[in-house]
Amino acid sequence: MSILQLCSWLLLALGVVFFLAGSLGLLRFADSFSRLHAVTKADTLGLGLVVIGLSLQSHWREACLMLLIWLVVMGSGAVSCQLLARFSHEQQANPVEPADPGQED
Amino acid sequence: MTLVLLLLLFSMLLGLWRVIKGPTLLDRLLTIQLFGSSGVAILLVLSKLLALPALLDVALLIAILAAAAPAALVQRLGKSRADTRSLGKTP
Amino acid sequence: MGLLLFDVVLCALLLTLAGAAMLSRQLVHAVTLFIAFGVMMALAWARLQAPDLALAEAAIGAGLTGALCFTALARYAGDAGYPKPKLWLPLVFVAAVSALLLYSVFQIPAQPTTELSERVAEHLAVSGVSHPVTAVLLNFRAWDTLLELLVLLLALLGARQVPSQLPLHAGWSLSVSWSRLLSPMLLLLSAYLLWRGAAAPGGAFQAGALLASGLVILRLNQQLAWLSWQNFAVRTLVLAGLIAFVMAGLASLLLPGQLVWLSWPVALAGGIILLVETFATLAIALTLALLVVGEPEQEPADA
Repeated sequence: MSILQLCSWLLLALGVVFFLAGSLGLLRFADSFSRLHAVTKADTLGLGLVVIGLSLQSHWREACLMLLIWLVVMGSGAVSCQLLARFSHEQQANPVEPADPGQED
Repeated sequence: MTLVLLLLLFSMLLGLWRVIKGPTLLDRLLTIQLFGSSGVAILLVLSKLLALPALLDVALLIAILAAAAPAALVQRLGKSRADTRSLGKTP
Repeated sequence: MGLLLFDVVLCALLLTLAGAAMLSRQLVHAVTLFIAFGVMMALAWARLQAPDLALAEAAIGAGLTGALCFTALARYAGDAGYPKPKLWLPLVFVAAVSALLLYSVFQIPAQPTTELSERVAEHLAVSGVSHPVTAVLLNFRAWDTLLELLVLLLALLGARQVPSQLPLHAGWSLSVSWSRLLSPMLLLLSAYLLWRGAAAPGGAFQAGALLASGLVILRLNQQLAWLSWQNFAVRTLVLAGLIAFVMAGLASLLLPGQLVWLSWPVALAGGIILLVETFATLAIALTLALLVVGEPEQEPADA
C-alpha cells in the first residue's frame, strides 16, 4: 500500500467520523439552534475530507467534479441553514404555527 | 470502501429519530439537510465502488438543489416579513 | 456481505420514512418526511445501478417535490372552507392499485432474463444513439414517451382548473443572490444532461426536471417575471414537445421506405432524437414549473 493510498483511507475515515459526529450532535444537543451548528460541521468538513480522500484515488477530472460538488454543497448548505434558522427565528418571535390543517385529527 | 458506505448510511440512520420525532420543524428540515450531504457523500463513494461515473452527476444535482426546499418553504409559508432592503424591490 | 447490509438498511430507511410520512399528524411534517424519502430513493436507484432513474429522482424528489408540496400546503391553509376529504374513496383506490401492483410483482420471473437487453443491444446500431435507455425511450418505444408527454400536459391542464393566487413576497437577499449564482450552473448542467443523453445516462426528462427546479427556484425569488400561464410564448413552448414529436413522426412517414409510425430513418435518427428531445426538455421544464409557480397576476378573461 502506497503512502498516497494510506493518506486517502485516513482522510476517508476522518470524514466519516465527522459525519457520525454531526449525526450524534443532531441527536444529543439540547436545542434546535445548537443542532444546526452540529449539522453544518458535518456538511462542510466531513464531505470535504471524503472528497479529498476519494480524489487521491481518482482521475483528475473526477477529482475536479467532486471538488465542484463540495463547493456547491458548502454554498447551498450555508444558504439553506441560514434561511431555515431565520425562518424558525421569526416563527418563534411571532409564534404563528406554520400551516397544518390536519392537526385536529 | 464498503465500510465507509455503511458508516455513512449509519449516520443517516441516527438522523432518522430527529426527522420523525422533531420536535420542531427546524429539526426535521435540518435532518433533511444532513441527509442531503450524507447522500452526496454516499453517491461519491458508490460511484467509485460501482465504477459508475454518472453517479457524480446525481451527486452534483442533489448538491445544487439542496437549497430548493428551504427557499420554497420561506417563500410559501414565511409570513412575508422579508427584508425589503435587499435589491430595493417591492413585490 | 457489506453491500447486502447496506441494501437492507437502505430498504428499512425507505420503508420507515414512507410509513412515517403517511402516518404523521401534521401535513408540514409529512412533506418534510416525503422530501427525505426522495433523497433516499435517489440513493436506492444509484445502488441499483440505474443512474438515469437516480438523476430523475434527484431532480424531482430533492428539488421539485418540496416546492410543489409547500406551495400546495400554502394554498390549502389559505382556504379556510376547504372540505375535509373523505377517507374511504382514496382507500378503495389505493387498495385497488396495491392489488394490481402485487399481481404484477408475481408476473416478474424469479430469474431475470437478459433477452430484452440483448435485443436492444442487437439493434442499438440503427437507433441513432449509443445509450440503450435513450434508444428505447426515443426510438424503439417512442410511442410511450409521446403519451407520457401527453399525460404531463393533462396534469398541468387539470391543475389549471383550480383557481388560486398566491402572492409572491420579496425574497430574502441571501436566497435571491444564491438563486442567481446557481442559475448559470443549472442551465449548463441541464444542457449537459440533454446532450449526454445520446451516449450516457441523461436525457430529456432529467434535463427538463432539473431545468424546472431551476425555474421554480428563480421564480420563487422574484426573477423571471415572464414565467406565467398568461404568456403566449410559454403556452406555446408547453405544447412544443408534443408538437415536435408528432411533426417528426409525420415527416418521417413521408420519407420513402418508412411505413411505421414513429420509426426514424437510420441516417437521420440521431438528429431527429436530439431535436425531439430538445423541445421535450423545454416542454417538460415549463410544464413542471407551471405546476408549482406561474399563477397569473389576475385571472385571464377567458377562464
